[in-house]
Amino acid sequence: MAANKAAKEQKYDRQLRLWGDHGQEALENAHVCLVNATATGTEILKNLVLPGIGAFTIVDGHKVSGEDVGNNFFLSTNSIGKNRAQAATELLQELNSDVSGNFVEEVRAAGSYEMSQIWLDTCLRLGAVLWNAEVPFLVCRTYGLVGCMRLVVREHTVVESHPDNALEDLRLDQPFTELKNHIDSYDLDSMEKKDHSHTPWIIIVAKFLEKWYSEHNFQMPKNYKEKEAFRELLRQGILKNENGAPEDEENFDEAIKNVNTALNATKISSTVEDIFSCDLCDNITAQTPAFWVMARAVRDFVRDDGNGILPVRGTIPDMIADSEKFIKLQNVYGFSPPESISEQEIKMFCKNAAFLRVVRCRSLEEEYSIESVNKDEITSCMDNPDSEMVLYLMLRSIDRFYQQHSHYPGVYDYQVEEDISRLKVCVNSLLQEYGLSVSVKDDYIHEFCRCGSAEPHTVAAFLGGCAAQEAIKIITQQFVPFNNTFIYNAMTQTSATFQL
Amino acid sequence: MAVDEGHVACGGDWDGRWNHLKKFLERSGPFTLPDFEPGTETLQFLLETCKILVIGAGGLGCELLKNLALSGFRNIHVVDMDTIDISNLNRQFLFRSKDVGRPKAEVAAEFVNSRVPGCNVTPHCQKIQDFDESFYRKFHIIVCGLDSVIARRWMNGMLISLLNYENGVVDQSTIIPLIDGGTEGFKGNARVILPGMTACIDCTLELYPPQINFPMCTIASMPRLPEHCIEFARILQWPKEEPFGDGVSLDGDNPEHIQWVFMKAQERASEFNITGVTYRLTQGVVKRVIPAVASTNAVIAAACATEAFKIATSAYVTLNNYLVFSDVDGLYTYTFEAERKENCSACSQVPQDLQFSSSAKLQDVLQYLTESTSLQMKSPAITTTLQGKNKTLYLQVINIKRSLVFSFSLSPSVLVSLTGAELGLADGQELAVADVTTPQTVLFKLNFTS
Repeated sequence: MAANKAAKEQKYDRQLRLWGDHGQEALENAHVCLVNATATGTEILKNLVLPGIGAFTIVDGHKVSGEDVGNNFFLSTNSIGKNRAQAATELLQELNSDVSGNFVEEVRAAGSYEMSQIWLDTCLRLGAVLWNAEVPFLVCRTYGLVGCMRLVVREHTVVESHPDNALEDLRLDQPFTELKNHIDSYDLDSMEKKDHSHTPWIIIVAKFLEKWYSEHNFQMPKNYKEKEAFRELLRQGILKNENGAPEDEENFDEAIKNVNTALNATKISSTVEDIFSCDLCDNITAQTPAFWVMARAVRDFVRDDGNGILPVRGTIPDMIADSEKFIKLQNVYGFSPPESISEQEIKMFCKNAAFLRVVRCRSLEEEYSIESVNKDEITSCMDNPDSEMVLYLMLRSIDRFYQQHSHYPGVYDYQVEEDISRLKVCVNSLLQEYGLSVSVKDDYIHEFCRCGSAEPHTVAAFLGGCAAQEAIKIITQQFVPFNNTFIYNAMTQTSATFQL
Repeated sequence: MAVDEGHVACGGDWDGRWNHLKKFLERSGPFTLPDFEPGTETLQFLLETCKILVIGAGGLGCELLKNLALSGFRNIHVVDMDTIDISNLNRQFLFRSKDVGRPKAEVAAEFVNSRVPGCNVTPHCQKIQDFDESFYRKFHIIVCGLDSVIARRWMNGMLISLLNYENGVVDQSTIIPLIDGGTEGFKGNARVILPGMTACIDCTLELYPPQINFPMCTIASMPRLPEHCIEFARILQWPKEEPFGDGVSLDGDNPEHIQWVFMKAQERASEFNITGVTYRLTQGVVKRVIPAVASTNAVIAAACATEAFKIATSAYVTLNNYLVFSDVDGLYTYTFEAERKENCSACSQVPQDLQFSSSAKLQDVLQYLTESTSLQMKSPAITTTLQGKNKTLYLQVINIKRSLVFSFSLSPSVLVSLTGAELGLADGQELAVADVTTPQTVLFKLNFTS
């Protein structure tokens, strides 16, 4: 058992550095269902099986065709004629023995319809069921050189959003007691050069800020002019040698460089304020998820003990300083490893309090209903007629085409010419029905006939990578999922996200 | 779509096999390039003629091989000198635990050739530097899935060296498109380079941030972070104590070595009240591990392969020329045209000007070559012509196994003046510089300002 655990740690080492052991645990306890083992579908699963998802189940009633084998790495010629769910499960399972792979041959009503006919209907019906069951639903599709992904999740909370380039939480504008005392313990003027040059820049800025306050009515430097004046104050603080020339004090250089960001007012972002003002935060019951219970606790802290600001994050960046001074300062900010597990969870929440995120997606019903369609988003994007939004409209149109003609446009060569005008009719009826006064260039209508609903492997692979990572975000509850429609245009190598 | 019986025809193809691709090759469309001709010839070109080279059989390489094989490319070569490690298995899906220790290129080729009938991947378990222009010249397209900037620059330089110029204009038939992909965690980029025509790797060298090395004084006397303690053990204690024998250098892939560094780092950390030294962190620092997942590699390799398909078929306009991707917060892509640098040391054909004061020393030249963001050379070797003879001004040889460094120079000291009696270089002197970052020597012209 222990040997297996060690082997897994080695195997997953590169990804453990991204989502940690707890993220990996969440992944290994997850079970994902794939409907339709198309190239897109198997590529998504590959990217979930490799990192060690607990289990997957493929539901697919299709038989493997020669065409399927042509664009799908997880189907082979041996499987032609066999059930596609079963064939794909075998080759995906083989990727990682830690994962449990299952399949269900979808039972169809006797000969009454083809599987592909019900793509849109399936989506909408499945969407409704999963919405009520609160199971996250990701709808993915590769159509020609276009990839489209729609996330449907009612509410997804994220504590560990791992923001890029987050500002530090230094509290220089309102130092807490321990920090104030620690700053007071320094006397820059009486220090020897060695100590002076190895005092953390945070202390230096704090000391000079005190000087500044006494001359500026206790107001922080606010604009560029004042910040520049403050920087000059810092420059004057650099020790001088016998000849009056400034010594080499890297810590002062750091202080000067950090003036811009270090003097920002500590405040709560609007994203976090929104979280605090949610109903879920107000009405805590026994069923309330942990996220909201902790959010409520932090909110109460903010309003009572916290004087309107969040608990201290507890981390500081590395800076020029001798070891002792740095460690002492780190401890003042509260950096200390947590002990019990629940303390771990609470510490994690507090550490990330400034970066909490909640993602709520509209349901498919809301997106498709004429009453609640997001007209504004669609029409404003279409101000640029080559915006990825036109690809979304085309995808909606080809589904409409299928409903009317029982096949996708341009599947066979002889159909292409004819289908272009028929597709145009569908586009116009779609726009009219939803009251969208936008125009769709003929080029796109032509292209969506030309591609004959083909699923080129490289586009499926791109979407497969994107979709798998979104699924991992949902499962691990780390990093922030998109909201809610992602369109990839492989012709231009561009993409966009719309909230529809 | 109709279900085929799918009998396998001879030659490895079967009914419907290329249906998904044929739509783009046999039909005209509004977004094709002007020279695109719908018909069966393009597919034949892909299947029978087009020769494509994949550099690297790792995270990107495995994905690239699969993508290209399923896009009709059959004549594929792959170069990789590495062997398979267990930590590769979370994303390099052509490998299994039983393959650990075997050469990547070989196993990757075996797998793809077996899974995709008719595909012929030829492996080369070698360094890219083992091949010369006669090898690279044979390919129509080269796709890179490398993990080092140095290797990229070398590849870049190699393709530039294949260019023929006539009256200052590049002969387009000598251009081999280079598609380059890179990933790190949840971020990645894909770019298309037409050597001699569009921005090359060196044109945009500033986009690659230099590696972070902690200052020695921090490591030696003022550690603050667990990383400093680890570097102390690696850089200072190991050479001093030689824990596994004389001349045995630290091998990041040897768990016993890492364990030793880990324990020494812990000792140092407790001396300074530093927390956070773990085995994982130790390994990460020593091996300079870059976190990696399957999904990001899948995305970037897919974008690269799409471009290869476009270039080979003219079915769509090629990416012009740089795509950036991140899926940390939602999904984000940014596409832009990286510009050529007028005086690019690799592709501009312009001899590089070096300005120095007449009192400058040889060391100043070396410092400039290694520290300038546009050059970032690693260990330049400088030669010049003096009195009709080719002389080496500076050459440093590092024998990694035995940690031996010796330098060879016209002068015993790099502190010697360039214009002084010993070297006697004059204004306008041409220096030829060789370095691992480029397969071709770079020419510089010295200008002395007073």
